[in-house]
Amino acid sequence: MSMPYYVSPEQLMKDRADFARKGIARGRSVALVQYADGVVFVSENPSQALHKVSEIYDRIAFAAVGRYNEFENLRIAGVRLADLRGYSYDRRDVTGRGLANAYAQTLGTIFSSGGEKPYEVELFVAEVGDEVADDQIFRLTYDGQVADEHDYAAMGGDAEAVSTYLAEHFTAGLPLEAAINLAVKALGQSGGQERSIPAADLEVAVLDRTRAQQRKFRRLDGDSLSGLLTDA
Amino acid sequence: MSTGSAAHDVGRLPQAYLNPGTSSFADFLGTVAPDLLPARRSLPAGSAADLAPHGTTIVAATFADGVVMAGDRRATMGNVIAQRDIEKVFPADEYSCVGIAGTAGLAVEMVRLFQTELEHYEKIEGSTLSLDGKANRLSALIRNNLAMAMQGLAVVPLFAGYDQRAGRGRIFSYDVTGGRYEETSFHSVGSGSMFARGSLKKLYRSDFSASDCVTATVQALYDAADDDSATGGPDLTRRIFPVVHVITAQGQHRVPDAEVAETADRIVEARMQRPDGPNAPLN
Repeated sequence: MSMPYYVSPEQLMKDRADFARKGIARGRSVALVQYADGVVFVSENPSQALHKVSEIYDRIAFAAVGRYNEFENLRIAGVRLADLRGYSYDRRDVTGRGLANAYAQTLGTIFSSGGEKPYEVELFVAEVGDEVADDQIFRLTYDGQVADEHDYAAMGGDAEAVSTYLAEHFTAGLPLEAAINLAVKALGQSGGQERSIPAADLEVAVLDRTRAQQRKFRRLDGDSLSGLLTDA
Repeated sequence: MSTGSAAHDVGRLPQAYLNPGTSSFADFLGTVAPDLLPARRSLPAGSAADLAPHGTTIVAATFADGVVMAGDRRATMGNVIAQRDIEKVFPADEYSCVGIAGTAGLAVEMVRLFQTELEHYEKIEGSTLSLDGKANRLSALIRNNLAMAMQGLAVVPLFAGYDQRAGRGRIFSYDVTGGRYEETSFHSVGSGSMFARGSLKKLYRSDFSASDCVTATVQALYDAADDDSATGGPDLTRRIFPVVHVITAQGQHRVPDAEVAETADRIVEARMQRPDGPNAPLN
């Protein structure tokens, strides 16, 4: 008679975490840098249609790495949550913190439930305030942990190399152009050596608090991007 | 926000949020919070028409580079002026506007739903709806309101936008059953619309500039207010003037109050000489 294997809870969780981490490490990185007027997101993403960085609400944006179908589901859920809350209360009542909480609960529940495979994703939820000090950046990991980030952050395959570069070169209050070039340079650090990423392979978006519209999110592509890049 | 049934699901996004599928906010509301949809409310039998304020006249006219929409500022409840400075023309998104006549509260709610609907689609799909697509969505929202319209709570919108594919401004009118009709050159809805339309018939020229077009719509609202008690004319003592939006290839913007005031002052001054407004040539 065969006996069922005993697997300790520690081992079970470790296996699930390893599984999720491996999935995330396969993808390319996303870097985020705070600049004078907001937050800029840069990722290496040759696709023009499948975005890693997206708008959630007026002042809130979302960036993700990992499995596309999983983070796309989370993105849509975030847009739905934000729009529903803004519709039933007021636009000002939609906050990045509320959204980050909902994501944390969702990812945490999925990670620790036996029935589902853990999500292989990592997310940024960023919200710009009226001043740099009011900006909020949350990092959410596959197991539902939330961390506050400041100044810069990176996630994905070569997150460590990218963060190290950002840590060495970041200064507060950069203009947009410098912040983008810094992030592009940092993404080029992956794989142990420096390489330059062509403008066509970059996905860049900003939350710009100086934008006159209520919606502060803006994508930079084509001419609006290549004009800002020093290497291109 | 509703939560899952099992204790460990507390705080987790409900499954309906994570399901792929609809890009429509109204459809999503119908699934998770149907009580927020105006059309899902049940009313007791009888007419509710006299319970709430009514908004009145909206006009729109096209010009070479786009389209202008203007609305007066009055809301009435029977013989009483319920509000003197209500706003009845709203941006629907970057390239379109919606103006509303009918039950004011319901109309404002419907506009909010329509605005959210367009923005929601844009964010989920990553692209904007075509102008016809937007007009059709508004049609569906109006159609769902038919039961309430039959009890006196009708909402009749006028929709105008810049069609980026066709490269021109377009105007759509609606009936309470959701019927959608494209109008050429100009149109008006609401209680003073007959007079406004008559006015625009005589004033409209196809070679209007944006500022001519603004003047023509404000003239039309003046004529509507002249003959319809529910439409408000320019309020010179309180300095309350129509809300005017201009939509072109560069997007839509509200004409600043000072500019509309200047236009209205000019019109009023001319009407001091000829109260019926400018003379159209006989032949």
